[in-house]
Amino acid sequence: MFDTTAIRRDFPILNQEMNGHPLVYLDSAASSQKPLAVIQAMDEYYRTYHANVHRGIYQLSERATDAYEAARRKVARFINAASWREIIFTRNATEAINLVAYSWGRRHIRAGDTILLTEVEHHANIVPWQQLAAEVGARVAFVPVDERICCDVSALDALLDQRVKLLAITQMSNVLGTIPPLAEFVTRAHAAGALVLLDGAQGVPHLPTDVQALDVDFLAASGHKMLGPTGSGFLYGKRALLEAMPPFLTGGDMIRRVTREGAEWNDLPYKFEAGTPAIAEAIGLGAAVDYLTALGMDNVRRHEVELTHYALERLGQVEGIRLYGPLDAEARGGAVAFNLGDVHAHDLASILDREGIAIRAGHHCAMPLHQKLGVSATARASFYVYNEPAEVDRLVDALNGARRLFGG
Amino acid sequence: MDDLYREIILDHYRHPRHKGELEHPSHTFQDDNPLCGDRIRIDLKVNDQNVIEQVAFDGEGCAISQASASMLTEMLLGKTLDEAKALGKQDILDALGIELGPARLKCALLSLKVLKGAVYGLPTDLDGEED
Repeated sequence: MFDTTAIRRDFPILNQEMNGHPLVYLDSAASSQKPLAVIQAMDEYYRTYHANVHRGIYQLSERATDAYEAARRKVARFINAASWREIIFTRNATEAINLVAYSWGRRHIRAGDTILLTEVEHHANIVPWQQLAAEVGARVAFVPVDERICCDVSALDALLDQRVKLLAITQMSNVLGTIPPLAEFVTRAHAAGALVLLDGAQGVPHLPTDVQALDVDFLAASGHKMLGPTGSGFLYGKRALLEAMPPFLTGGDMIRRVTREGAEWNDLPYKFEAGTPAIAEAIGLGAAVDYLTALGMDNVRRHEVELTHYALERLGQVEGIRLYGPLDAEARGGAVAFNLGDVHAHDLASILDREGIAIRAGHHCAMPLHQKLGVSATARASFYVYNEPAEVDRLVDALNGARRLFGG
Repeated sequence: MDDLYREIILDHYRHPRHKGELEHPSHTFQDDNPLCGDRIRIDLKVNDQNVIEQVAFDGEGCAISQASASMLTEMLLGKTLDEAKALGKQDILDALGIELGPARLKCALLSLKVLKGAVYGLPTDLDGEED
């Protein structure tokens, strides 16, 4: 595990009390906290070289453009994209998925086609496809998921036929922590003639990610879940696909030439970045990528596996707890959903909040999955690079307190 | 003892009053909070003087939402429909006797929203009372 004492010094927000208790932040799957390096990178941009990008002849604008484009190259290296032109900055993973649904989807998905998802998808990787399907007369189908072991490859095979044009799948479930067997899924989907979109909102922040090794066609990710600022995110797409796609949003910066009759599109990736982008956020995301790269994503994964292993073991001893997802930490990520007896998840979150412990409660934007699990809500603790075993102990103590409170 | 979960709230949650349904209610309404999965239905039976003679509620959800519904049923018995219509956010919060943040306020006020739906016969916004 990491030396969290050193890491936690980089995250000023963690050094505070809530209701008289040291803050225990266990909601990084919703949004991670930010290291000083990220905050300072954005601050420096606004204080010393803020200007619009891709336009100015003067030095401030050149410096802003350099920093913005350097961030793009950092992201490209981080996920091993073949070219920086394959990285399109978006507000978040949701916008990245919508970009593909609107631009690629409305050109390539036709009546009678199938868009294949899995049962653990986040709403962001369900609703854009449902909207697209309803518009063009296509069908959305779900690969069944076993709660403990994730996706059975034979379940995928049963649904894969020549009508499937896209498999849109999460890299890691935000509720169960499940990590699907991507290599097998991608190979099979491609063999069936389908493209693969990977929802990396949970995976990219926590797992080493190599888009060329994975051979996915698209990857969507959110910056704010990987130590970066809100309003930052990106879409990766294979260059040939992106080149052939029409623009998503149109306006300034994404054009090469505009006449009264029409317009010609700019080169990649600018074709997909209409208007002034979120410059400070991209620079902040670049700093977050630097921070994660310095830690090493293999080390990040190792830290989380060990912490999750400890958490599953300790939580499993709490009387009346029901843990969801795989019980082997190696087979999952560090988002751990649970319920405690008949205590509602919202009551649990409120009780824990009184003890300074921040967890998420609800359906975590995965209502179809909760319907399958047969519950309306779960509580979820999720871990990142700054979390430590002592925080798991605090969580377990607080849960035991909640159990006593409701048990009496 | 956690002040958010006072004994009286836990008592109503564990032993809800008037839980169930009325056979021929004169007024009934159900609503849910999709964000939480909280669900509440309230049945009323009023006599010819418009006095609430019987009340029942059913539902599922967190302790705050279910205890507030249980407490509300106690308030309603013997009240006229007009008196029931006059019940507001503060009556619920006084009964619960706790301070609630904006997220949990929705749980606490779901039963009031359902009551308004029952007595007015349609879904009713609480007109900013949740704010």
